[in-house]
Amino acid sequence: MNGPKTNAIYTAEHIHKTFGHGANQVVAAKDVSFELIEGQTTTIVGESGSGKSTMARMVLGLMPVTSGKLTFQGKDVTHLKGRDRTQYWRDVQAVFQDPFSSFNQFFTVGTLLNRSMSLVGRKVGQQRMEESLGYVGMDTSVLDRHPHEMSGGQRQRVMIARALMMRPKLLIADEATSMLDASLRVNVLNVLTDLRDQLGMTILFITHDIGQACYLADRVLVMEHGIMVEQGPTEQVIFNPQHEYTQRLLADVPKLHEAVELHDLREDLATVENA
Amino acid sequence: MGTLVDARNIRGVYYSGGKDVVAVNDVSVNIQEGEVLGLAGESGSGKTTLGSIIALIARPPLHVERGSLEIDGKVQELGGDAKVPRTWRGAVVSMLPQGAMNSVSPTKRIRHLVYDVMKSHDSKVSKDEAFDRARERLTTLGLPARVLDAYPHQLSGGMKQRTVTIISTLLNPRLLVADEPTSALDVTSQKILIEMLLEMLEKKIISGVIFVTHDLPVLRTVATKIAVMYQGRIVEMGPTTTLVDDPQHPYTQALMSSVLAPEPKYTNIRIEGMSSFDRSLFDAPAVIHK
Repeated sequence: MNGPKTNAIYTAEHIHKTFGHGANQVVAAKDVSFELIEGQTTTIVGESGSGKSTMARMVLGLMPVTSGKLTFQGKDVTHLKGRDRTQYWRDVQAVFQDPFSSFNQFFTVGTLLNRSMSLVGRKVGQQRMEESLGYVGMDTSVLDRHPHEMSGGQRQRVMIARALMMRPKLLIADEATSMLDASLRVNVLNVLTDLRDQLGMTILFITHDIGQACYLADRVLVMEHGIMVEQGPTEQVIFNPQHEYTQRLLADVPKLHEAVELHDLREDLATVENA
Repeated sequence: MGTLVDARNIRGVYYSGGKDVVAVNDVSVNIQEGEVLGLAGESGSGKTTLGSIIALIARPPLHVERGSLEIDGKVQELGGDAKVPRTWRGAVVSMLPQGAMNSVSPTKRIRHLVYDVMKSHDSKVSKDEAFDRARERLTTLGLPARVLDAYPHQLSGGMKQRTVTIISTLLNPRLLVADEPTSALDVTSQKILIEMLLEMLEKKIISGVIFVTHDLPVLRTVATKIAVMYQGRIVEMGPTTTLVDDPQHPYTQALMSSVLAPEPKYTNIRIEGMSSFDRSLFDAPAVIHK
């Protein structure tokens, strides 16, 4: 938690997003509003198809909103184009799910980071590169490595280092740890927590895994079918959920030290089909 | 309740251009009738390889160098040039591979796959017989019979996974090897699939399950006992509650402590993960609980 000073660095107001037209129209976001508070980690949780990744893409400016308003540091960033958008991406960076495919396999880590260096200038670049690798617990010895010479966890940390080259104010991680083994996953989550604590970075973490949200987040937002059904501090949302959907989601999450209550197969099938 | 499957001293090696990789190194497991054995471990630990050797579908570059499999008292040698009777595959042991639900042909109706599976084991089976069998099985397990006429894209992820699971057990195999069957599903569908597997055991459609996954909380719910694999060997095996609540091997301990579950004790703490390979974990002796 970040003390009493809670200013929003990013706000989304009444965001709507639809895909397709007519009978095939899919609503991916329906009147979604939320704030990201500076220096905090906010997590969006939801099942597949809930619209959480679409939300992340709209925040990142990779996808236009249908209606609504996005504000970053007091500036309207809903419809950025060209230069303004490039400028925006200096402050807002992202790490994606798959560290295996977001890496050009013919590039070494050095080549990859050098490309970001050209954006910040070579002078500060060299220093930034070392710092960024330091933040993710690596050193310059990885610069000569190719992606196939690293584990998934290492690759994902390099991707975070790449995002850090820009020294962003807001880091968006879309299922960034979902493909990693449990033991490596914790390391990457710890890197994110360190960034929040040491650099005061604001982090938006998208996941389907409530366990990770619980470990990492200061605030949790829950989405279901494009609707933000519940949001609030982690303790409140996860240990005292108010919305029916959050309650069901939490009841079904397998836990390590207690068995999930199993019911009659047919009853559960009926609940799913009615939903 | 007797022993259903007894797999002994299995050694599986990938031959790859002079550099052999031993993926399963002298592993023995047994499953009692009605049990679910959870095979846990991280990427590269050999859990899928072991699963596919027991399911008798090892093929080059994977070679089984040693090992035997005993099911219902019948012993089958696996090593070297041993010939596995093809009637065993699918009818005695059946494999549900990882991502099976995404491997269903998108241009064919589900019933096409049903007929294909049945026909490959009994060339004289008629379409009606095959469909009747599948229809009955679907309704027994609470799924609508209309699934048979659907194309894969018309089914949700959870429904597709339930359907391929049912199809993989159409021939009433004694043992089902399910590789990461719940990993691509959301939590509610995971729970329903687990309920369905347990009901299949109860109804004696299958008699035992090997459940391969990296997801320990899922195993906590489904497995009777758990075997933890690391670097091709089983480092600890025992009843589920023993392994979860009182793990003895340092690797199992590290694995259990890196699980993040939404329980109050996981907020505001810092858990240290592992580096990718730790010699001391490899050298520690295996722990087999009774």
